[in-house]
Amino acid sequence: MESKRNAVFMTVLLGVMSATCYYLLYHFNEQILEWSKQGGWYFMVPVSIAFLFSIVHGGFTGHFWDLLGVKAKTTKKS
Amino acid sequence: MEISFINLELSNVLFLFFVGFVGGLVSGFIGSGGAFVLTPAMMSMGVPAIMAVASNMCHKFPKALIGSMKRAKYGQVDVKLGIVLGISAEAGVLYGATIQTQIKETFGDVGSNLYVSMVFVVVLAVVGGYVLRDAIKIYKSGSTDGTAKTTKLALWVQSVNIPGTMMYFPSIGAKVSVLFTIPIGFLTGMLAATIAVGGFIGVPAMMYVLGVPALMASATELVIAFIMGMGGTIKYAIAGYVDIRLAMVILAGSLFGIQLGAIGTTYVKDYTVKIVMGVIMMLVLVSRGLMVPVYLSKMGYLEEWWGMGTLSENTIQFLDKTSYVMLIFALGVGAVIILYALISGYMKHNKEQAAAN
Repeated sequence: MESKRNAVFMTVLLGVMSATCYYLLYHFNEQILEWSKQGGWYFMVPVSIAFLFSIVHGGFTGHFWDLLGVKAKTTKKS
Repeated sequence: MEISFINLELSNVLFLFFVGFVGGLVSGFIGSGGAFVLTPAMMSMGVPAIMAVASNMCHKFPKALIGSMKRAKYGQVDVKLGIVLGISAEAGVLYGATIQTQIKETFGDVGSNLYVSMVFVVVLAVVGGYVLRDAIKIYKSGSTDGTAKTTKLALWVQSVNIPGTMMYFPSIGAKVSVLFTIPIGFLTGMLAATIAVGGFIGVPAMMYVLGVPALMASATELVIAFIMGMGGTIKYAIAGYVDIRLAMVILAGSLFGIQLGAIGTTYVKDYTVKIVMGVIMMLVLVSRGLMVPVYLSKMGYLEEWWGMGTLSENTIQFLDKTSYVMLIFALGVGAVIILYALISGYMKHNKEQAAAN
């Protein structure tokens, strides 16, 4: 029961963080695109955003399927 | 080129999210896929070709990162092989891009499209046909674990000993000379630069030339895709071509898909990866094959070589649309097979668990 509650908490937390990331991207999109198109060292802007979203949203999607009961069968090989 | 970004409409966002999900599902399962639909889809929304390619790359590397981490948990990833192949693939991407530019300068846009389509048709017919035939053979053989015998070529590659170049790879369970892995990575990269789906050669090459099991080959391909995607993204981002909004919308859907595709691999036998890959490759082959007469006609070759005249505008439009629909169909069929395999494997597993209890 405790672990189920923790799983729900983590999923909701990561979901909120992911939604916040997307909201911020939407809200500041003009400034972000302005930086992106300058190129050069500004390449760090889209690359960093991609990494951040992959960690936050990737964590959320993993927990999401887990919570729905869609889990891997077994470890295949080590 | 003046860099300008398109206005994002809700319908476009939803479409990219959905295609991202389906593409992610396929990628999580066979190691690649989605790009061949996403790039033309973005172009049809008015995104310039180079920005569509750049934005696609920018969603690909974080997706591949998450997918490879997930499949590494299942013990399916050979990180060492992925890194070795990934580095040579990066060199292949750069060389492939140079060739592409030269062809474009010499023969123009239509000539470049004809070249890409011809590469698609030849590679998919030979490699895709072989993968599908192999999958059917294993299925008919009734092999209980669904794995294929190591090919004669792979056995030979594993037997060659070139001192100073040998490296042990866990997925192969043997030492292999990097003189074999370098050309494989290079060709994967070259193909990725040309048709955007390097996995169509990388995965079969790992399976048939190196002797890597299909499930491990498709998982290791995600490491290669991460390295190639990351390198490609940096290259395009330095030039300012990445539309991060498009990339992150696609990523939103594809991360749901890639998790599901990766989970699916734990419920299937080895040959299912080959079936999905072979079927997608055959359908993409038909799609690209439909466009060959269009480009031949535009370049005047239909008349010059066969005296057939040129194709009418209506015929060109029909072939163009049919080809695009066929690409979406290819991705859709792949996703349906994966979902079917996942659901039936999941139900069978649950029944076995219930019986055991």
